[in-house]
Amino acid sequence: MNDLHAKDNIVTRSVKVETSVLRRNDQAALANRQLLTERGIVALNLISSPGSGKTTLLEVTLVRMRERGKRCAVIVGDQQTDLDAQRLYGKGAPVRQIETVSSCHLDAQRVGDVLPEVIDDQTELLFIENVGNLICPAAFNLGEDFKVVLLSVTEGEDKPIKYPVVFSRAKVVLITKCDLIPHIEFDRDKCLRYLRQVNPGAVIFELSAKTGTGFEQWIGYLAELGRQDER
Amino acid sequence: MHELSIALALVDEVEQISARERARNVCGISVSLGELCGVEREALEFCFPLAAEGTCVERAKLIINEVKTEVLCAECGRRSNPEMPCMICAGCGSSNVEITGGCDFIISSVELEQDE
Repeated sequence: MNDLHAKDNIVTRSVKVETSVLRRNDQAALANRQLLTERGIVALNLISSPGSGKTTLLEVTLVRMRERGKRCAVIVGDQQTDLDAQRLYGKGAPVRQIETVSSCHLDAQRVGDVLPEVIDDQTELLFIENVGNLICPAAFNLGEDFKVVLLSVTEGEDKPIKYPVVFSRAKVVLITKCDLIPHIEFDRDKCLRYLRQVNPGAVIFELSAKTGTGFEQWIGYLAELGRQDER
Repeated sequence: MHELSIALALVDEVEQISARERARNVCGISVSLGELCGVEREALEFCFPLAAEGTCVERAKLIINEVKTEVLCAECGRRSNPEMPCMICAGCGSSNVEITGGCDFIISSVELEQDE
């Protein structure tokens, strides 16, 4: 614990610490987690590059979940504007926008600040749409149940091995904009192989919000999550 | 770049430790940087002096120990360090693995200067 080295009248000593650098974020994440668990809410942290279709995914998902009688809530992060939140209003779920201004990710404190306003006793699922960025959000636990990473087919099949950190830590990976595959060079098999390499256990859905492809399975999966947590 | 906010969090934590230990200055910080924690070594090294400027951590040497990803194999039970980005057991090659290490970014120890 204490190695003492005398140097003139100043002593140097080594102190063992073993605390997380992001201790404060982790504490806030834990508080979010406790609040969500108490209410029986499953929270998903949606991460992707800008323009991968997170908001479009939510637009369709919220409507479909409402049809199934599932109560959802949304927290959406962007550097600036509330354009995403505006797109999501009126879809049956309370929405709160966080403008991160200079920050490239959401942190647990900011989520915690708005969390009580967006959830209520009936909420079953909370979607946290992170700032469009495939690197930074991976480092910050928000108190979610798990991370969902989106990869649109126009980004190329090699994204999973280029950004292995975020893909390896996701429970679910959504391949989006699949309706565009016939028009571009996208090697689906290669993409799935790369995904399996970095994350052998990932649950993968191939979706098109435009045609509705894959949504039956995705919505079924989400509905099941809510049900497991019902008490 | 989130490394600046992470470097600020690091400096903040170390300042608190220094105050708690009644140190005069911090001359060294050892951190364990997990391969999967989402923090770039080079970016952190770049941001640390900026975050430390004007604090008791300003002259501290930052020692970064990189921690490899560790997986536990459900087939053979072995713990191993896979070669990124291939998340497979180094023992039997199975992909039925669970990540058990390399996700954390931890302050291991600090070197403090004190009056005798």
